[in-house]
Amino acid sequence: MTAAAGLAVENLSVEFRTRSGIVKALDRVSFAVAPGETVALVGESGSGKSVTAYAIMRLLDDAGRITGGRALLGDVDLLAATPAELRRLRGRRIAMVFQNPRSALNPIRSVGHQIADVLVEHEKLSRRAAAAKAVELLRAVGITDPARRASAYPFEMSGGMCQRVMIAIALAARPAVLIADEPTTGLDVTTQAVIMDLIGELSSSIGMATVFITHDLALAAERARRIVVMHAGHVVESAPVAALFAAPRHPYTAELVAATPASVSVLDDLASIPGSLPDLRRADLPACRYLDRCRRTQPECARNVSMVAPGAIHAFACRNPLP
Amino acid sequence: MSAALRHARYVVSENPVTGFAFGLALLLLLASTIGPSLVPYDPFASNTAAALQPPSMRHWFGTDQLGRDIFSRVIVATRLDCGIALASVLLVFVMGGLAGVAAGFFGGWMDRVVGRVADTIMAFPLFVLAMGIVAALGNNVQNIVIATAIVNFPLYARVARAEASIRREAGFVEAGRLSGNGEWRLLVFHVLPNVFPILVVQMSLTMGYAILNAAGLSFIGLGVRPPTAEWGIMVAEGASFIVSGEWWMAFFPGAALMLAVFCFNLLGDGLRDIVDPRRRT
Amino acid sequence: MRSALLDVAELSKRFPIKAGGGSFSRLRRRFAGGPEKLPHVHAVDDVSFTIGEGETVGLVGESGCGKSTLVRVLARLLDPSDGSVRLGGRDLSLMPARRFARDPDRAKVQMVFQDAGESINPRFTAFAAIADPLRRIKGLGGVALTAKVERTAAECGLPEALLSRFPHQLSGGQRARVGIARAVALEPQLLILDEPTAALDVSVQVVILQLLQRLKSELGMSYLFVSHDLSVVRLLCDRVIVMYLGRIVEVGPAREVFERPLHPYTQALVAAVPRLGQPPTQDRLQGEPRSPIDPDPKVCRFYGRCPQGTERCTVEMPLLRKSGAAREVACHLIAEVQT
Repeated sequence: MTAAAGLAVENLSVEFRTRSGIVKALDRVSFAVAPGETVALVGESGSGKSVTAYAIMRLLDDAGRITGGRALLGDVDLLAATPAELRRLRGRRIAMVFQNPRSALNPIRSVGHQIADVLVEHEKLSRRAAAAKAVELLRAVGITDPARRASAYPFEMSGGMCQRVMIAIALAARPAVLIADEPTTGLDVTTQAVIMDLIGELSSSIGMATVFITHDLALAAERARRIVVMHAGHVVESAPVAALFAAPRHPYTAELVAATPASVSVLDDLASIPGSLPDLRRADLPACRYLDRCRRTQPECARNVSMVAPGAIHAFACRNPLP
Repeated sequence: MSAALRHARYVVSENPVTGFAFGLALLLLLASTIGPSLVPYDPFASNTAAALQPPSMRHWFGTDQLGRDIFSRVIVATRLDCGIALASVLLVFVMGGLAGVAAGFFGGWMDRVVGRVADTIMAFPLFVLAMGIVAALGNNVQNIVIATAIVNFPLYARVARAEASIRREAGFVEAGRLSGNGEWRLLVFHVLPNVFPILVVQMSLTMGYAILNAAGLSFIGLGVRPPTAEWGIMVAEGASFIVSGEWWMAFFPGAALMLAVFCFNLLGDGLRDIVDPRRRT
Repeated sequence: MRSALLDVAELSKRFPIKAGGGSFSRLRRRFAGGPEKLPHVHAVDDVSFTIGEGETVGLVGESGCGKSTLVRVLARLLDPSDGSVRLGGRDLSLMPARRFARDPDRAKVQMVFQDAGESINPRFTAFAAIADPLRRIKGLGGVALTAKVERTAAECGLPEALLSRFPHQLSGGQRARVGIARAVALEPQLLILDEPTAALDVSVQVVILQLLQRLKSELGMSYLFVSHDLSVVRLLCDRVIVMYLGRIVEVGPAREVFERPLHPYTQALVAAVPRLGQPPTQDRLQGEPRSPIDPDPKVCRFYGRCPQGTERCTVEMPLLRKSGAAREVACHLIAEVQT
């Protein structure tokens, strides 16, 4: 069952209750991914990109609360779904690949079992049929000698192989949407290339809408069709890759590009981004959270800035964008 | 320092049970230190005329078979019992802690020797071992302390060894070598300060057991002898009177024992929360 | 031509694998075959290179290639199994690592670690962390110590107020600065940097890289910069050494190696690096590296995974040979083309 469905996130807002106050982690985050499209969610630590993924999947921990917005998977709002509905959807229609593959897999179950679990739950296969299909899936993700490897445990496999297993688990039920949260962090660059190739091939063969979360702008540019740039819980710019680099409109985007080593040819051309993230617990956060670091501020920026709408082609949240 | 106090206050306010335990510990401390000077009666003064009196306004906890005031004896015993527990816990902290840290950090033969010693001790039922040690060395308070320390040695050595062995590979130990620290300096000045707080928590958790151990040994007649006021002995003496209806002789020392152990266990939990918030129960 | 500060010759490091079984099987093995019969991991194998004064040399390779082991031998935290490490004429490998901590030359080779959070003692303040080497090696104390620590911290962009903080109270970038300050306080001749910016955000990375560049020229140090991020190595390093499974496969000026890689492994590595404005390339390095345990000394380590390969690759280990003015490559196919 692979009726293509996209993901449309509208005005997602998330708060965290902590000892020292309420952290307004996400504020009216919006973006959309069409079936078969890969969109990269890019940002530094603290930008809220992982929180976005966990909020959509309803995997936030107890201190987090979704305070507004919708996450439409086709026409189902994930944020309003009941636990029973979520159980049906997760794995079947929307799946996630996590950052640290070895710790995301169950250490005391063989990898074959873990893949089979998804098939038994969502495709209603018998244990035997699921085990056989699991071997096929291991082959599809490029693991050699899959029949033998199916009974291996995560600790016996390298980081790259564990990540392949996680991809197999995520794609076992052929979901419509895949969220990959920093899937190659910690992997060698050669392994990274192979894993990203794999995700790309599989997602285009199933026609999945893929959200690819990363802090590596160059990797995002290489693998995604559109890039959504986040800063301090806001989407600051959303654009097709070429347009983003050729003509970034939001000052933060331009700074981020200038700080990426792959974008310059000499060290002196690298520029750091001034200032640091604002404290998201402040009650008096300006409307534009980039205000204190921005070189192009205007008086209105503290009071009002329009957020990026989901359907836009090239949108930015800035009152004084770059020309 | 103020950050640590603020954190401590936060933990206590988050978990009122910890606050209660701290209050109780304070009470025990007061009873041990100034208690004996404030008790209404001489704990050793026998008054056979007033023997076996139930609790009343004159004798809050009643009197025992020799007419001694049980309340006074319970308070005075606090100093002895807590003193024994503290002494044995400190002794095992030094012995077990240092041996374990050296074993974990250096590995090799040190690790094997400490491991074998710990294994040998653990091969015995611990209370029986304590009994044997006191019986062999002699029936006095020092030997209760030594026996309790020996019996707890494997636990401390194991905790210290695990913590030291984790840190042995840590980046800051390598950095310490680059900075010109020899192996023993690394152990004492770099690794030990990290292991210390965890051992302190272990100490408070073992205090409860140490008190029970001392009381248990005295209960069976080893270690402390009459007419010393000690909770275990008092429970032992009172046990034979329960059948004839004089319940207060065993009850009050037993309750004090229970309260002290309870207090130290809760204190241990609270201390652990203060020292390492990740391990909150 | 710059004079060589560091001269590494035929360096090898092997680790015995602790076999299973208890004391009895250990005893049996000892009497039967002796420790030489144990299997060994060949972490570093016959590595030779030099680092000139004031030079920044990059060291790249995938995980398991031996770069971490190599730098730990160079920093004298480990003893080599074979070979020599000469710093300014003196062979440092002659003194056992355990004793080197108290050697007067300890200050000449220092290291900045990957995870600054892990490499600073959680119970030490930033001040104590920076002061420790100054106390132990330079014997500073009192007012002189405080002045030196504050000066070094200021040079590394650490405000004085942060010196009384503990590592968990500092940001990632601040911790990285403490790690750097601690290492440069001794004014070493050679500074080994083991992925110093791997855990940092890209904007913080820029600042730290620029700091490292400035410190290098101010203090006249040489750098050995280990990194998996080839984009950074391309920007920062004069020369680059590429390692694979314990052996050096290619050496050359950084820019040239990235633009025109010679060794098949380097080619695959460079092809895998994401670049702006270019689609991902097609040729991919598949599979996993071979086992580093007792590898066949006559077979090229890359054979099997290499997209090319001839008969010669299975009977003769390719040695590192000059290829052009400033480049070296260990591959039979390249050497043949050049001649």
